[in-house]
Amino acid sequence: MPDKDKPPEARPEHPTPLRGRDEGVPAKPEGQGTSIAADIGALTKGLRTTLGEFFSPPVTLEYPEEKTPRSERYRGRHYLRRYDNGLERCIGCELCAAACPVGCILVIAAENTEENRISPGERYAKTYEINMLRCIFCGYCEEACPVQAIVLGPEYELSDTSREKFIYTKEKLLEPLPPDVQARLDAKK
Amino acid sequence: MSDIYSNPIGHWVVIAVAMTLLLFVVLTATAYTVWFERVALGRIQRRPGPNRVGPFGLMQLAADGVKLAFKESFVPEKTDKVLYVAAPAIAVAAAFLAWAVIPIGLWYNVQYWIADVNVGILVVFAVSALNVYAIVIGGYASNNKYSLLGGLRSAAQLISYEMSLGLALVPTFMIVGSLRLRDIVEYTVHWGPYVGPIPLIIFTPVGFIIYLISAVAETNRAPFDLPEAEQELIGGFLTEYSGLKFVMYYLAEYVNMITVSALAALLFFGGWFLWVVPPVFAFLLKVVLFLFLYIWLRGTFPRLRYDMLMRLGWKVLLPLAMLNVIVTAIILVAVEG
Repeated sequence: MPDKDKPPEARPEHPTPLRGRDEGVPAKPEGQGTSIAADIGALTKGLRTTLGEFFSPPVTLEYPEEKTPRSERYRGRHYLRRYDNGLERCIGCELCAAACPVGCILVIAAENTEENRISPGERYAKTYEINMLRCIFCGYCEEACPVQAIVLGPEYELSDTSREKFIYTKEKLLEPLPPDVQARLDAKK
Repeated sequence: MSDIYSNPIGHWVVIAVAMTLLLFVVLTATAYTVWFERVALGRIQRRPGPNRVGPFGLMQLAADGVKLAFKESFVPEKTDKVLYVAAPAIAVAAAFLAWAVIPIGLWYNVQYWIADVNVGILVVFAVSALNVYAIVIGGYASNNKYSLLGGLRSAAQLISYEMSLGLALVPTFMIVGSLRLRDIVEYTVHWGPYVGPIPLIIFTPVGFIIYLISAVAETNRAPFDLPEAEQELIGGFLTEYSGLKFVMYYLAEYVNMITVSALAALLFFGGWFLWVVPPVFAFLLKVVLFLFLYIWLRGTFPRLRYDMLMRLGWKVLLPLAMLNVIVTAIILVAVEG
């Protein structure tokens, strides 16, 4: 209840201030700030520190030219892989789409025929699209895939100029992997 | 050179040329002071500072200028429009006027000045005092509480520190016996075999320190940048200014900074005299060192609280400046009889 709402006789004679002048201010350590010389010493210490920093090299990483090293397991944009004989790995099982927590993967499967063999399995992915605006790069699709067809590569600079361009089609996803990632995957098997 | 000054037409031609040159040189110097400040502040914080536009980021100011020039010329609602527009103009005019009386030694026997006024330093103070109008009027005309608070703070601050600033220089005038800036720079001593100019800081070290602190406060630079105070007053008197009007305030601030640096060099460090260094380079070197000092202070000290600022101005600097005048007077009388 604020003082002004109380009857006059209930108000304290001198309203207490919220905080005293030096209340809550930590006490100065012994031997510091007790004289002008000590104050000037503190100021020069500050100036010395900043001058030291001035003559030290900057720690900035100049981003577009320099980049931080990424982990080998970094999860960037997706790739669809092929076998060495050129056949697509993807068998259109849609397990990746089922595993995806945000539902950004669309797979429409079709039957392989003798004349038109796309993948070694029974079926192949006729349509394979990933909506990169929705993707959270969790990597569950890669874990779910029984044939290691979809992998997440190292690229993270994915900006583009229209929303449509973020729907990565099968064509785009089938681009060859960067050689170092390819070599690592080859070594794993 | 002196012939051309005695010829009435030649005199005006020289002045017109000098004024044009001055505008160009000071504007360029201002642009590179801003660049220098941003890079130096960056280095103090272990950043590289602007380095994208042009080599070493030297064209950064051109890019910033173009960007600001193309901004909408915005005047807030319910403001005093005449004052709102006039205030930044006053700031720039006052900042440039001071340069009318500042002399620069160009070469060993060639000096530059626009007006060789026999009360030069008083003129500098008179026009730099106009700066307070620019800020108070700007703050008042903006119709914004932060602007008004910034303007009020500025009025109190500039008036408080103007006195110590003026008094800090009085001992120098007493020793030299002239207010003409050229006379102060060329003040010559006859010390045994040495005959020549000396840095006057030898005689007035206390005056120099008071000048230095007061000048930082006069130019509204950190740690005395209370009128602007972007963290607490979201820019103070600058809050409602954008585009070219903002540029004018910004320009004025940096021109003032160069002015007080040049004055410090002229009054305390022998102006353009420095051993065998050619005068113009000696002068430039001294000004740049002072500019660096200002940037260094900004990169080091946090802003003073308002009551601390007033206490420092009225209880420390002003009595010290007065004492300095009295002690210097006593010593002068004792020495010269």
